[in-house]
Amino acid sequence: MLKEGQIRIPSGCAISGIINKDGKRIDGGEIARSIAVMHDRSNGLGGGFAGYGIYPEYKDYYAFHIFYTDVAAKQACESFIEGHFDIINLSKIPVRKIPEITDEPLIWRYFVAPLPTKLHDSQLDENEFTLRCVFTMNTKLKGVYVFSSGKNMGVFKAVGFPEDVARFYKLDEYSGYSWVAHGRYPTNTPGWWGGAHPFAILDFSVVHNGEISSYDANRRFIEMFGYKCTLQTDTEVITYIWDYLIRRLKLTMTEAAEVIAAPFWEKIKTMPDADRERLTYFRTVYPSLLVTGPFSIIVGFEGGLLALNDRLKLRSMVVGEKNDTVYIASEECAIREIEPSLDRVWAPVGGEPVIVKLNQTGENKCL
Amino acid sequence: MPINYDDNTYEVIRNQDRCINCRVCERQCANLVHKYSEYYGRMTSDCISCVDCQRCVSLCPTKALKIIKNPNSYRDNANWNEAAIKSVYKQAGSGGVLLSSMGTPEAYPVYWDKILINASQVTNPSIDPLREPMETRIALGKRPQNIVRDGNGNIVNTVKNSLFLNVPIMFSAMSYGSISYNAHKSLAIAAEKLGIFYNTGEGGLHRDFYKYGKNTIVQVASGRFGVFKDFLNAGAAVEIKMGQGAKPGIGGHLPGEKIGEDVSRTRMIPQGVDAISPAPHHDIYSIEDLRQLVYSLKEATNYKKPVIVKIAAVHNVAAIASGVARSGADIIAIDGFRGGTGAAPTRIRDNVGIPIELALASVDQRLREEGIRNEISLVAGGSIRNSADIVKAIALGADAVYIATGALLALGCHLCRSCHLGKCNWGIATQNPDLVKRLNPETGSERLVNLITAWTHEIEEMMGGMGINSIEALKGNRLMLRGVGMTQKELDILGIFHAGE
Amino acid sequence: MKKIYVREEWCLKCRLCEYICAFANSGCGDIVAALKDKPIMPRITVEEEGKISYAVSCRHCDDALCVKGCISGAISRVDGVVTIDKNKCVGCCTCILSCPYGAIAYGADGTATKCELCVQNAGGSPMCVKYCPNRAIVLE
Repeated sequence: MLKEGQIRIPSGCAISGIINKDGKRIDGGEIARSIAVMHDRSNGLGGGFAGYGIYPEYKDYYAFHIFYTDVAAKQACESFIEGHFDIINLSKIPVRKIPEITDEPLIWRYFVAPLPTKLHDSQLDENEFTLRCVFTMNTKLKGVYVFSSGKNMGVFKAVGFPEDVARFYKLDEYSGYSWVAHGRYPTNTPGWWGGAHPFAILDFSVVHNGEISSYDANRRFIEMFGYKCTLQTDTEVITYIWDYLIRRLKLTMTEAAEVIAAPFWEKIKTMPDADRERLTYFRTVYPSLLVTGPFSIIVGFEGGLLALNDRLKLRSMVVGEKNDTVYIASEECAIREIEPSLDRVWAPVGGEPVIVKLNQTGENKCL
Repeated sequence: MPINYDDNTYEVIRNQDRCINCRVCERQCANLVHKYSEYYGRMTSDCISCVDCQRCVSLCPTKALKIIKNPNSYRDNANWNEAAIKSVYKQAGSGGVLLSSMGTPEAYPVYWDKILINASQVTNPSIDPLREPMETRIALGKRPQNIVRDGNGNIVNTVKNSLFLNVPIMFSAMSYGSISYNAHKSLAIAAEKLGIFYNTGEGGLHRDFYKYGKNTIVQVASGRFGVFKDFLNAGAAVEIKMGQGAKPGIGGHLPGEKIGEDVSRTRMIPQGVDAISPAPHHDIYSIEDLRQLVYSLKEATNYKKPVIVKIAAVHNVAAIASGVARSGADIIAIDGFRGGTGAAPTRIRDNVGIPIELALASVDQRLREEGIRNEISLVAGGSIRNSADIVKAIALGADAVYIATGALLALGCHLCRSCHLGKCNWGIATQNPDLVKRLNPETGSERLVNLITAWTHEIEEMMGGMGINSIEALKGNRLMLRGVGMTQKELDILGIFHAGE
Repeated sequence: MKKIYVREEWCLKCRLCEYICAFANSGCGDIVAALKDKPIMPRITVEEEGKISYAVSCRHCDDALCVKGCISGAISRVDGVVTIDKNKCVGCCTCILSCPYGAIAYGADGTATKCELCVQNAGGSPMCVKYCPNRAIVLE
């Protein structure tokens, strides 16, 4: 039986996200309640969460969350990390033993900063250096999987239903200004811990529901730029596309959405000059980053969340608002569960991104 | 009478019960096969000159005719088969190089036929092109690596001179001279109606066709026939022909008989004299020379036209394409060895080069490994026969395809492979005015438009089946392909899995 | 009214139109049975000299001399189509003499025949137009 990375596995899913624009910290139990409502959208083969603003005391350090298959893998990996980073703190990620979650790997957390000499020699910026090290660890070291590598954020995922995963990781003990969650319905069995979502690279984390038909076109394009799609999942490739467009090319979130879920040519034709020019440029230069097929994604990033549907809106996604908190989920019930009286609730149009960022208060508090 | 070694390859079978002696066949055969015999009071046939072009069969009002392979058989021999023997007879008689036309008929593997396309089931919805938008529009040309913003933070459009195609199909190079005025006109009209491009080939551009310039690709080949400033600026793009799939490594040859007044004027060469383009460009002996020609042409066209470099698929095509990608060219066209020709030495056509499927896959992969695939567009040609071949080519990594034989078939060609004789009964590969007028560009262009329209519908159906609503998302999407009956090596080169994997 | 026009530029002098016309007006459903070993009497004929050729048939003139000249009133315009009433025609050939295009012939049945745009026969629309392989005969 081939696992993620050896074969491409389509899967259906549930997704959910919360953000408080004022930077008020929400505890992980909230998002777990939300995703739990959509129990039937996952099949117990993967669940996970990403929280932002959860490590304020270490917010200047990259937080690596790593799965190890055995102690030997851990030793090899730690010697690699020591060769490239200052380790500020390391510990086992605390977990609660529950019957629903079994066969867990060794799960460790490291707060690190790149070694100044190594960073200087690499002629790369800090993010790119770290990104490349993560790729090296994930592709070159056996039994090692770095599943979270951003600053002041962390991913928690496992094989199991998302509500069980939350209990396993004691998520109610973490609090952050934003959360994303994922319940997975993969079409293979058994699931693999690394294959659960969110998928994250640096501070980007992506949860995705859908099966993109453009996968290999996207993958073969993005791999030209140093990314390695080791998992062969949609979420992974979408994450790399975000990273490439936002971090490397410095596009805005809205612009990146225009590349990924580009409007139809017919629509572009009717747009005002400036928009038409820009969109024609995007479709001409980045045709291979157009993502087709059904998807709804929530992208978590430092200071915000973005939700996006494919341009035909082939997957459900609902957004709700209550005061300064914004909720996004595959189904409205998942929002109502944690906030029954919303100010506003709507289903975003396919291809049009919903971007929520911390306001000034939130930024001052959290970033 | 000398010994006749060259027995007739084809035999005309006439059903005398149906023949009404209308003599349409006689009037239509430029090879003078059919004749009315006063002596017998019926039609007779001299099969020796029959090339099996099927013109008589197609026009016979009573369906009284069929052409069959002459069943006369040499003694069975798997090694010295009939074709091998006949070639020796022919050359022993003529002392000349064997000439052929159109793509090789030899039984080399057609990889398209060993590749199968995917479709959505359950986990992902297929899309109905009759109900949902389905995009086949693409742009070809050079692409920047970085985004440039102006003072206001707006993105500056640094992409100039893209070729926009409504559907990723273009008519590939066929020169005026090798094909007729009416064939060219049909292609030009169809390209304009379809929002695609046709290609002048190396024969220059007839003055009458300058008006189709925005749908024309003008070609500069080693003979430089018909190349001058107006010509270069007349088209939407300039193509440098380095090689042709059917005859890699050699130049072109247009016999003097095909060079009448009009062709002579268009090509800027004397009438009635053979037009022989050299094997190499004599100003390009290496890759750095190509760069100079690319930029010379850009200078001559004020950097307003993309430059295409067309190369034949040969053994080290990936490395060559990588060099071309760095030469300043905007688009690379690769021509596979099953591609057609108006005339080529038979041995070269049938033995030199490699199939387009393998060439395309290896070039696309190589350019990706070098991280430059997105900077340049890739066009594949050389025996693209139908919409499924196109879908497969694009999924392997092509931006667009070139078709020529398919286009000629739409114009009536029956692949008799006798273009080099100049007596095309369908009015395509001929300059004889009586024959040229047999191709009415009105019907010719309509049939081309029909063909591409039909293929577009089929491409959309296949895309929809895969859950893809823009052809851009199909490009290089090799997971949508599976191989059947191939070796692991072949699958590896194509970069696809075997069916069932 | 649409009329048949010939485009000399595209005529291939294949003469298919003549045979198709003869068949269309034969009243017989099988082309071989209709035409084999029989003299044909087409209502369209290809005129050719040197490089030039084109098919000639009745032009259904607006001011038709045949209609004016017919001594028995057999020729009239029916829905724009100049038509010969076989029951009235006496075979005097005045129409043949008066037609400036030579488009009327003396038929085997002893009456004048000419192109009637296939409206009376099984064709329903001009068969020469439908079957011309090069669109040299058009109905416009």
